[in-house]
Amino acid sequence: MNDNNIQTKKKFRISPPATALLIALVLFLLSGFLPNGFNDWASAIRQGMNILRLASFIAIIGAGQTLVIISGSEGIDLSAGSLVSVGALLTYILINGNNDLILPVLLLVIVTGGLVGLLNGLGIMYLKISPFVMTLGMAGVVQGAVILVTKGYYDGKVADIMTQIIARDLLPGIPGMIFVWIIIGVLMTLLLERTKYGKQLFAIGVNRMTARLSGVRVTRMVVLTYVIAGAMAAFAGFLLVGYTQNAGPNLGNQYLFPSIIAVAIGGTQMSGGKGSYFGTIAGAIVIQLITSLLTTMQLPQALQQIIFGSMLLGILVVYGRDKSLRD
Amino acid sequence: MPERNKSKITQWWRKLNVRHSLGLPLILLVLTTVLYFILQPNITRSGTVSRLLTSNFRTWLPVILVTIGQAIVILGGGLDLSNGSIVSVGNVILALTVTTPDEPGKNILMVVVVIAFGLVAGLLNGFFTAYLGLQPVIITFASSFVYSGLALLLLPSPGGDIPREYTSVYRSTQFLGIPLALIIIVLVVLIWTFFRQRKYGRFLFAVGGNDKAAYTTGVPVTWMKISTYVISGLLASLAAISYSLLTGSGLSSSGDDMTLASITGSVLGGISMSGGAGSVIGAVFGGVILGNIRNIISTLKLDSWWRTLVNALLIVLVLAGPGFINLIRGKKK
Repeated sequence: MNDNNIQTKKKFRISPPATALLIALVLFLLSGFLPNGFNDWASAIRQGMNILRLASFIAIIGAGQTLVIISGSEGIDLSAGSLVSVGALLTYILINGNNDLILPVLLLVIVTGGLVGLLNGLGIMYLKISPFVMTLGMAGVVQGAVILVTKGYYDGKVADIMTQIIARDLLPGIPGMIFVWIIIGVLMTLLLERTKYGKQLFAIGVNRMTARLSGVRVTRMVVLTYVIAGAMAAFAGFLLVGYTQNAGPNLGNQYLFPSIIAVAIGGTQMSGGKGSYFGTIAGAIVIQLITSLLTTMQLPQALQQIIFGSMLLGILVVYGRDKSLRD
Repeated sequence: MPERNKSKITQWWRKLNVRHSLGLPLILLVLTTVLYFILQPNITRSGTVSRLLTSNFRTWLPVILVTIGQAIVILGGGLDLSNGSIVSVGNVILALTVTTPDEPGKNILMVVVVIAFGLVAGLLNGFFTAYLGLQPVIITFASSFVYSGLALLLLPSPGGDIPREYTSVYRSTQFLGIPLALIIIVLVVLIWTFFRQRKYGRFLFAVGGNDKAAYTTGVPVTWMKISTYVISGLLASLAAISYSLLTGSGLSSSGDDMTLASITGSVLGGISMSGGAGSVIGAVFGGVILGNIRNIISTLKLDSWWRTLVNALLIVLVLAGPGFINLIRGKKK
């Protein structure tokens, strides 16, 4: 009798990513009722695609963040925002409209991001600085370096091929960015679910000591994770500038916390060891939908902030709860 | 006899360093302060030191107050990313309502309103994080949106005018040559020490160190955690009052920089981010160290493009210092 009860209880539990997608769907349908919302299917699809494209940037910045948070021990990457700016600025200034330079610059962007991630990882593992503070300090250093190098002046241009692929439609009605996102999504899911790296990442997230005892090289794994996160953030900057067509020293900052919240809404446990990239994708869509919805409603900035914050609190209360102490 | 003396000093140092993690913050505090005073021109002229102390402490007081609040939250195993936006709301309320010294009753009421707002905001943070068991980083960030939105709603563009009668009291009051701001800091630390040495303090460190163990030994973990956020909210509202008296006007983003400064200040002051280790005096030291670093950079007349980088590099180096020392020590063994 009792056992039956427990089982039925379990059956009705929906996974966080699914809940997030459900919330997204409801929000999207609600946005159709707004006076300046969509009227027919065509415009609904167009609006949906636009939201997906904007969400893709949050989700790609959130990809590295997902890995770092799964790795546990209060893992978080606060340098992601400034790395997005660096990636975007490098791309914008160095490519300067030249199609031939795309690949070398892309490589440089990824290496730069990876190097900053390496410093983060080394500081966290060898100097025992807490991830929050280490990456926060690194964000300041990167931001300072950008200010020093550009001295407030920067000039450049995005290459045409990038504009074609990222900003325009690749197939009729579907922006190229969506395909880039699908590729990254598949790769991230394979990385987490099908590789040794993924298995070990979840293992160190649950308990570093037991992971170490069962033969996982914890230090190397954590450093590698921060390297990947740095590289991903800079790569996201490369993609972002292809869409915005203009870079700025603060371009990435506005994406930092949305990317972290996307991970949290997607059901990845902030204390590590549990999560998925699918969840982050769902979380990014929810956040972008709320933002777009508030923009379409043409509320004043202040009210938008208050509603955004309250909705986040509401969503997190519904299913973001950690294990209670009594369990 | 001298040997015994020496061992006493080492004992004292060990107690300071290991039990209160105050060793490095103290060294940094002395170093940065000495460096700052050396760089000042006319330092030998009488009255200069007192004048500098007064002007520095009245500028630092808001940040030091939020840092103390942040330190208490971190000690209890949490994190408060909304304290800066609570400062903004308080500042905006005061700038909008306290406009004339002729209505002392109303002005006192508004100060009470600001403090009440800080307490309620802190209580909300505590409710969401401790009572509902949600992640402090995410929750307090989300609530910071609500608070800073509120500040922006009340005061869309900078303005407000706090009477000079009030600001001048804050700016120049001294007792026996000690600036008012420093006296406030000492008072806050003394009040905290009172609680720290009683059951509350023991419970707090138990909760921050290991909340599960604390729970099983009967510590009211949830209430302890909620109380830290309420204290942080209270100190943020006091910071709002001092900030308003410092600038005499209102700005809806006035507290934005204080959030991260309060975290960096806490860590510089020897507070462990994982909770349960550190001391509130360290947080005060951390706030002063941050202020000193900023002052040193501005006295050096550094090219303004360098400032952000040098500031960030110095902070990272300072944070990396103990890690480096341990690393080298470990290698030698």
